[in-house]
Amino acid sequence: MALLEIEHVDVFYGAVQALRSVSLRVEQGEVVSLVGSNGAGKTTTLNAICGLVRPRAGDVRFDGQSIARVPTHELVRRGLVMAPEGRGIFPNLTVAENLDLGAYSRRDHGAVKTDLDRVLALFPRLNERMRQKGGTLSGGEQQMLAIGRALMSRPKLLLLDEPSLGLAPLLVKVIFDTIDAINREGVTVLLVEQNANAALKHSKRAYVLESGSIALEGDASQLRDDPAVKAAYLGE
Amino acid sequence: MLRTLGILALICAAAFGLHLVLDSIDAYWARIANLCGISILLAVSLNVINGLCGQFSLGHAGFMAIGAYVSAFFTTTLRYFDDAAGQYVTVLPLLDQSWGFVPALLLGGFAAAAAGLVIGIPTLRLRGDYLAIATLGFGEIVTIMITNFSKVGGANGLSGIPAYSNGFWIFTFAGICVLFTLHLQRSTFGRALIAIRENELAAEVMGIRTARIKIAAFVYGAFFAGIAGGLLGHFLQTISPATFGFMKSIEVIVMLVLGGLGSLTGAIIGAVTLTVLPELLRDVETSTGMPGIRMVVYSLVLILLMLFRPQGIFGQRELSLRLLRSLLPGRRKEGAPSAPAAFTAQQSVEAKTFFARAPQTLPPQNEGKK
Ligand SMILES: Nc1ncnc2c1ncn2[C@@H]1O[C@H](COP(=O)(O)OP(=O)(O)OP(=O)(O)O)[C@@H](O)[C@H]1O
Ligand SMILES: [Mg+2]
Repeated sequence: MALLEIEHVDVFYGAVQALRSVSLRVEQGEVVSLVGSNGAGKTTTLNAICGLVRPRAGDVRFDGQSIARVPTHELVRRGLVMAPEGRGIFPNLTVAENLDLGAYSRRDHGAVKTDLDRVLALFPRLNERMRQKGGTLSGGEQQMLAIGRALMSRPKLLLLDEPSLGLAPLLVKVIFDTIDAINREGVTVLLVEQNANAALKHSKRAYVLESGSIALEGDASQLRDDPAVKAAYLGE
Repeated sequence: MLRTLGILALICAAAFGLHLVLDSIDAYWARIANLCGISILLAVSLNVINGLCGQFSLGHAGFMAIGAYVSAFFTTTLRYFDDAAGQYVTVLPLLDQSWGFVPALLLGGFAAAAAGLVIGIPTLRLRGDYLAIATLGFGEIVTIMITNFSKVGGANGLSGIPAYSNGFWIFTFAGICVLFTLHLQRSTFGRALIAIRENELAAEVMGIRTARIKIAAFVYGAFFAGIAGGLLGHFLQTISPATFGFMKSIEVIVMLVLGGLGSLTGAIIGAVTLTVLPELLRDVETSTGMPGIRMVVYSLVLILLMLFRPQGIFGQRELSLRLLRSLLPGRRKEGAPSAPAAFTAQQSVEAKTFFARAPQTLPPQNEGKK
């Protein structure tokens, strides 16, 4: 049984259809990436998974249960967490307060402390900036904070929306290496990226989204060799 | 529980002490002090909605009006003069006593809170300017409804309200409001409010039930605004729809902006400043012999403050012992700039007490850079 299954999901914004019969699945322990150009519907897919928009048709299942009607806060409690696009940190709160809010829905305060240590070990830069305001961090640090904060809720499945957006190549590498590390710790990841090259390198399987529907899917390594993918997304 | 009761007793004792002091000083200044207490209630409660939760509400006077009229309805409208007894008799015998107006006051607070529940619902769909206009509309509707409700005096207002408000009650309720709000700011609920203000989408995906929390902020703020309205009514003894016009809401917002939106201490300072300042400026009027100059100076002071401290006197910070200590010479942290009165970044970090269980910094680890 897959950890996450989306079946024939349609999403509309008013009269405009943003997703057309999108199906995808993420197995326990995988890193799966979802690539596509601007406006393809990547963010919409993640929003549909975590309950921020409701599909008009189709089903979303997490851990074997349908979550198409489950509210976002309940999903967070069950271990499905998103780090939203554009970092979405709390700019006037310190790094420590941001991370603390990541554990908002948890009641096991003792374990939160050890998770904080783990997050800070993963992002040593955050550790040095615990009392700095989130909004004054660099773009890369803010991204680390967004991911770290999502990890504080102890997710089973982490949804990342364009974590490498606007980062220098060196930092892009740091972020992707961190995603690997997070995955090694047992967190399943669904990764949305426009940087198809890096995303395919760091994931096991991938889906290509084009104007609201899945155009291609398969092993990441295979997709990297696919001539159509090369031409459209890898700039080769 | 015992601790809470102890603190409540302490507040009452302090309010009683204050009451005795106010009784012995010049009645004019005692009156201003009491109005300060009511302003504190208003500013601190609005700060929860506008400052902490970031929902721009212009309807605070509406909540006040509801509290004022509902409580006055119980103590005044439902009272009649009994010729045989030669005195006023109330429907509820309790209300004959001065302290008996507390139930009426609370009913006013609950009525306002119920209105807060209703007005909280549009906040789920409306943001910023649109919410401001919707709440403004709410305030106007309340006053129009009162104007057309002859049982409570209509446009002429309601007079003959018994003078039950005094320093004791005003400062007891102000103290309770400040204490509750302080506690709230440090609770999980307070953190959720601030998260919504900072980034609503991010708050939602962190598992915060943003809809509920926003409505709760309105209910909480409205309750204490209702109490403040009831206290004001039983203080002024005469209320009319005009008392609670939208300028009243603006006045409370100016208090918040002046003190620093989002800061409890700022709200208190702003409330006191804007209640006392117009009175002090009366002297300017008499000494210059220019009637009306008072409001000009008042506005100038506000403009200058906003020019030089746009974030308000306190910004989003709180006045705490820690902040005071860090301002003392010789105890300043190394490397902090030595500008005397300015709140430096370092101090602001120290003074920030939004989170009671903020994680401690761990021993430094190696930089993760390649
Ligand atoms: N709230 C909304 N209301 C109306 N249309 C929307 C809304 N959000 C997204 N859309 C539309 O839905 C389509 C898919 O948007 P989406 O944000 O999912 O794209 P994306 O793949 O994440 O793009 P990007 O890479 O630029 O982030 C776009 O055409 C967009 O304009
Ligand atoms: Mg997107």
